[in-house]
Amino acid sequence: MLGNLADPMLYMLGLGYGLGAMLPEVGGLPYIAFLAAGTVCSSTMMSASFESMYSSFSRMHVQRTWDAIMNAPVLLEDVVVGEAVWSASKAFMSGTAVFLVAAALGLVASPLGLWVLPVVFLTGLAFASMGLVMTSLSPSYDFFMYYFTLAITPMMLASGVFFPLEQLPGWLQAAAQALPLTHAVALARPLMNGEVPASAGLNVLVLLAYAIVGLTVALLLARRRLMT
Amino acid sequence: MAAHLEVRALRKSYDSRQVVDGLDLTLEPGVCFGLLGPNGAGKTTTLRLCLGLTDPDAGEIRMLGFPVPAKAREARTRVGVVPQVDNLDPDFTVRENLLVYGRYFGIAPRALEARIPSLLEFGGLTPREHARIQTLSGGMKRRLTLARALVNDPQLIFLDEPTTGLDPQARHLIWERLRQLTSDGRTILLTTHFMDEAERLCHRVAIVDNGRKIAEGSPRDLISEHIEPQVVEVYGDGAQVWAERVGRAASERCERTGETVFCYAHDADAIVHALDGDGTLRYLHRPANLEDVFLKLTGRELRD
Repeated sequence: MLGNLADPMLYMLGLGYGLGAMLPEVGGLPYIAFLAAGTVCSSTMMSASFESMYSSFSRMHVQRTWDAIMNAPVLLEDVVVGEAVWSASKAFMSGTAVFLVAAALGLVASPLGLWVLPVVFLTGLAFASMGLVMTSLSPSYDFFMYYFTLAITPMMLASGVFFPLEQLPGWLQAAAQALPLTHAVALARPLMNGEVPASAGLNVLVLLAYAIVGLTVALLLARRRLMT
Repeated sequence: MAAHLEVRALRKSYDSRQVVDGLDLTLEPGVCFGLLGPNGAGKTTTLRLCLGLTDPDAGEIRMLGFPVPAKAREARTRVGVVPQVDNLDPDFTVRENLLVYGRYFGIAPRALEARIPSLLEFGGLTPREHARIQTLSGGMKRRLTLARALVNDPQLIFLDEPTTGLDPQARHLIWERLRQLTSDGRTILLTTHFMDEAERLCHRVAIVDNGRKIAEGSPRDLISEHIEPQVVEVYGDGAQVWAERVGRAASERCERTGETVFCYAHDADAIVHALDGDGTLRYLHRPANLEDVFLKLTGRELRD
C-alpha cells in the first residue's frame, strides 16, 4: 500500500512545489492546491486499477481463489462485486491518504472538502469495475500494459489532473467529458476549494454509470470465461 | 432416505466434442463412490456439472434433494469439495484459510473458532495453525484442503484425484481420513486414476469412457465379473518369446504391454510352474485387481 502511495505523493509534492514556484495561479489556485485535487483522483484511479487487474487476476487465474469460493454457496456475481468493492476500498484508502496530506499542507479550504471522501470511493468503484473487465479478458499479466498505456495514462493527461481542461484543444475537451477521471476531478477540485461543483449530479451519474456498466460487462465476460 | 446425488441422462459438449454423453449416477447416503476413467473421460466435467458450476446441455441433476443448477447454491451449503489443484489462499495462514472459507457458508465467527481445533487435528496440522501456506509441503496443503472442505460439516464431499502427486505416507493418511469420513456416515464421490485407491476406499465404482458409463458395481463384483481371478506378470527380455512358446497356452488370456506380459487364468499353477522351471524370467503372481478390469475395458492405448 505504501508503494501505491509514495508515487503520487512524490509527484504531487515535486511538481506541485517545484513547478508551482514557477507558475502563476492555475485554474484560480496555487499550483500545489490545483495539483493536490488532481492527485487525489489519479492515485485513486491507479490504486483501483492495479488491484482490480493484477491482484484480481492473481486470485482468479493463478491462485484459483474464485474457483474455491464458488465451491461454497457463493455465486460468481458475489465474487465479482466483492472484488470491485475490495479494490474500491483499497483505492479509498489511497485517495484518502493523499487527501489527508493535502489537508495537512493547508490545501483543503473548508469542511466541504470531506465530501471528497465518498467521491473517492465512487471513483475507485468505477475504475475497479473497468479493471475487472480487463481481468476477465486477460490471458496474462502482460495484457494489462495495453490498458495502462492506451487508457489510463492518456486519461490522466487529459482529465484536468495536471492542468485545466481549457488548455486542451476543443475536440479533446469534448472527448474528455466521456472519461470517468474528468468527472472525478470535476467533483474533487471544487470541493477541496470550498465550492459546490457546477454539475455534481452529472459527474456522479457518469461515475455511477461506469461502475454499473463495468460490473455488468465484467460479470458477463467472467461467466463466459469460467463457467462454460 | 433419498439419494444424496442423482444424475439422469447428463449431457455436455465442449467445442463439438461430447464430453459427457448420457451419464446416469445414483449415490446413496453413506456410500463412497468412485468415478474412474481415462483422461478426457469427463470426470472433472461431471463434478463441475453436479456442483452447478457449469450448465448441462441436457439431463437432470439432484444434489442433496435440490435441483442443480437451479438451486445449486442452496445445495452447496452442505457440500464439501477437494479440487484437483489446490486453491488455498497464499495471503492467509492455515487458520485464516479455514476461518475465511467458513464465512462463505454463513457460519458465525464464534462457531467457526470452535471448529478450528478439530479441523486442524483432522488434517494433522495442529502445530501449523499459524503457518503461511507457502511453508507447507504438498501433502500438508492437500490435508489443509481436505480439512477446509469439512468446515461446513458437509453431508456430501467431492474429491477430484485427491492423492495425485503425494508421497506414500501422505496418501495413506488421506485414505485413513477418507475412511473416517465414510464411517461418520458422509457420502463421498471420488475421481481417481489410482485403481488401488478406488479398491481400498470405494463401496461402488463406475468406469466412464468417452463420457459414457461402461461398467458399475462394487470393486469385488467388477473384478469377478470381468477378469480371471489370477494374474501373472512376467518381466524380462525373454518374456515375449516365452509367452508365445509357453505362456499363451497355459493362460486363459495373455496380453503384452511393452516389455511385460500379463497372463490371466483361474488357476495360475501351470504358469507359475513353467516360469519356475524356466528360471530366467522374473514374475509377479497376484490376484486380479481393479486396474486389470480398467485396462481391459478401456484399453491400453494412450489417451491424449
